[in-house]
Amino acid sequence: MSELLKAEEVSASFSGHQVLKKVSLSVRPHDVVALIGPSGCGKSTFLRCLNRLHEEVPGATVSGRVVLEDEDIYANGVDPVKIRRKIGMVFQKPNPFPALSIYDNVAAGIKLAGIRRRSVLDEAVETSLRQAALWDEVKDKLRAPGTSLSGGQQQRLCIARTLTVRPPVILMDEPTSALDPISTAKIEELIVQLKSAVTVVIVTHNMQQAARISDNTGFFLMGELIEFGPTRSIFTKPREKKTEEYITGRFG
Amino acid sequence: MEALLALPIIRSLLPQGRKEIHLGDRFFYLSLKTFAVVIICSLVALVYLLWSIAAPAFANYGFHFFTVSTWNPVTEKFGTLAFIYGTVVSSVLALILAAPISIAVALFLNEVAHRHIGTLLGFMVEMLAAIPSVVYGIWGVFWLAPWMRSVVQPFLKGNFGWLPLFDGPPYGVGMLTAGIIMAIMITPTISSISREVFRTIPSTIREGALALGATKWEMLKLAILDSSRSGIFGACVLGLGRAFGETMAVTMVIGNRPQISASLFAPAQTMASIIANEYAEASSDMHRSALAAVGLSLFLVSLLINGGARLILWRSERAFRSRV
Amino acid sequence: MIWDLQRFDRRRRWKNRLAIFSLTALTAVAVLPFVSILGYVIQRGYPVLSWQFFTSLPKPVGEEGGGIANALLGSIEMVALASLIGIPLGTLAGTYLSEFGRGKVATTLRFTCDLLVSVPSIIVGLFAYTLIVVPMHGFSGYAGAFALLMIQVPMVTRTTEEILKLVPQHLREAGLALGIPRWKVIIRIVLRGSVSGLTTGVMLALARIMGETAPLLFTAFNNRFWAEGFNQPTASLPVLIYTYAISPYDDWHAQAWAAALVLVLFVLILNISTRIIIGRRPEGRH
Repeated sequence: MSELLKAEEVSASFSGHQVLKKVSLSVRPHDVVALIGPSGCGKSTFLRCLNRLHEEVPGATVSGRVVLEDEDIYANGVDPVKIRRKIGMVFQKPNPFPALSIYDNVAAGIKLAGIRRRSVLDEAVETSLRQAALWDEVKDKLRAPGTSLSGGQQQRLCIARTLTVRPPVILMDEPTSALDPISTAKIEELIVQLKSAVTVVIVTHNMQQAARISDNTGFFLMGELIEFGPTRSIFTKPREKKTEEYITGRFG
Repeated sequence: MEALLALPIIRSLLPQGRKEIHLGDRFFYLSLKTFAVVIICSLVALVYLLWSIAAPAFANYGFHFFTVSTWNPVTEKFGTLAFIYGTVVSSVLALILAAPISIAVALFLNEVAHRHIGTLLGFMVEMLAAIPSVVYGIWGVFWLAPWMRSVVQPFLKGNFGWLPLFDGPPYGVGMLTAGIIMAIMITPTISSISREVFRTIPSTIREGALALGATKWEMLKLAILDSSRSGIFGACVLGLGRAFGETMAVTMVIGNRPQISASLFAPAQTMASIIANEYAEASSDMHRSALAAVGLSLFLVSLLINGGARLILWRSERAFRSRV
Repeated sequence: MIWDLQRFDRRRRWKNRLAIFSLTALTAVAVLPFVSILGYVIQRGYPVLSWQFFTSLPKPVGEEGGGIANALLGSIEMVALASLIGIPLGTLAGTYLSEFGRGKVATTLRFTCDLLVSVPSIIVGLFAYTLIVVPMHGFSGYAGAFALLMIQVPMVTRTTEEILKLVPQHLREAGLALGIPRWKVIIRIVLRGSVSGLTTGVMLALARIMGETAPLLFTAFNNRFWAEGFNQPTASLPVLIYTYAISPYDDWHAQAWAAALVLVLFVLILNISTRIIIGRRPEGRH
């Protein structure tokens, strides 16, 4: 499969006000795709259209197709709940469930699916925490509340939580913008490590971050995808003028 | 004038930390403060006066006042156990009925309902709180009680009559009817506080649950209900406090018979309703004193419950802020 | 490790549908009493309404006809008397809390108001009885008004504080910076700018005390005729509803429903008006 996830002419609106105009791009397996652009340009909205979270907002509408593993997730009769199991999401502000322990947070996804057996859960939790590079730090306090961790640890906890469900794609909406530089570096390292297991689409405000970790980059402006291509070309010889202006800091 | 300032009592009455005090400001501040003190004094007077009329009864009957159930104005034997029983059972019953419904209403209005329907239904639920107790009472007497007598109680008796809870003739009025009417009255209280609690949960937590592949109900349980336990608990305790103090509607449908019975069909009496029934035409000073003693007890219990509820809610809000 | 995440999908979907349905159904159950009460009050009360109903005194026991004129006037009088003192007192105390709100007096006042608001209203009646009925050797409109006052003041105080706290601090500072004395800043800028909010607080308190029955039962008591002044027992709408409803006469029952209709309409209109004044309330959805 050369394309794991493909967006075709995706448009989105909030209560009649259009914020995304016919965006098309495709993501290869084990890619890290970065979406950059100034605030309010629609990149987060686009991300939310990929896991059908956008439509949960009252008054929000979406059109177009998003094809995951040869299946249009917006086709009639498709259950968004099932889609979200295949496309995980990590949010800007770490959001562990406040009432749950670290263990229960990580296991939340598969517990929902009905997995109850202790041994299975234990193993799944450990695997996810190791994948998220958090196991050593929390293995002795798995029962502690999820919110007792530091910001960077909480974000890795959320990543572990998403990993447990084994989605082929993980979406990340500015995952490090609320974190300190050291935690940011750890998470960037983590993303690169995770490439072998999952495919990542990350929205970021930080161009350097995009340049550091992504294979392909898409530049959004005012709801449109201006340019999409290999990261190196986007940053060294962009085709569009607007892209060049943004990269060189002319605006945004 | 300056010499006056030397007196510490005058200094303490002035606004703190102001170097230059305008004369008008001082006067304004003092008048406002006086009004504030007047209100505080009225509460002190209330407690004091209540205590002073109630004291003879406490002195006379001692602790037995609360443990004996005979209440006889003629022989001047006053024991309030039956009223305590009536108050507690009817209020707890009201809470048991109201809590699940109120929480469901809060969830529905906040998370499920479409905008306009939600506003309309939310308005109607809140108006339940605005309807005067006596109007509930008249509705209870002419609609609810007859309905209980002809439909609900026979049904319960027919199917569950072997339980002591549903023993005895279906009068229509009684503990169950009082509990139901109070449940309706405390629903807006519990539901509006629960709604406030639910609103404080950031949407990113809801989205986090959805992003994991949760259905809407699973999301509600995971993101909202689990995180709001102490807030919901506080709301329920506050509702219980309201039920304890409910007077008119209860008086009109509880049957006004001071007795302790295991059956929910039986007529009963609450602390508030005995005062409402007998105080105006109380036959003697000791009778009035006994009723005032009931009032004082009700006051103290109400204080404890409401204070406790507020403490729970305050702590749950603080804990939530620090976690999220 | 392989596991099947799809296994319970159908069950989960069913549980979800059932749960959402239950939430909807329970909300309908909660709302039904409102519809029922409103419906009954209109259905039973409306036919009895007439000019005569509003302007005549109650007939002697057993005779048909008569009206609620004295009860209506009595309620209005006592609420008015209570409000004459209660609204200024509550507003000023609330102003104290919002503008000078640190310190022991302020904390104690807040505690006092919260307490008085949640105390069963019949206790307030006992207080008014001891304070006024006993020394005056009789029931009176004064005692009734006082009991209503005790309920009204803490409500108005707290809502005033909440509304005034919404005024941004920089408005006060701007006034003070211009050299305007603090008391003028508070009256001209803070209070005057919050009139609509303060009015809604007062209206809600009015709606509440208009409907209070328990505290009037042994303060104003009842009167089948006009009260010749505030020092007489005074009839009131809620007490009339209570007395008539538990009486054995059908005619009185009908009048009780009509009086209840008047009360409910009054309360509803006040509540809806406050909503219109304050504007749309913030919604629960995000």
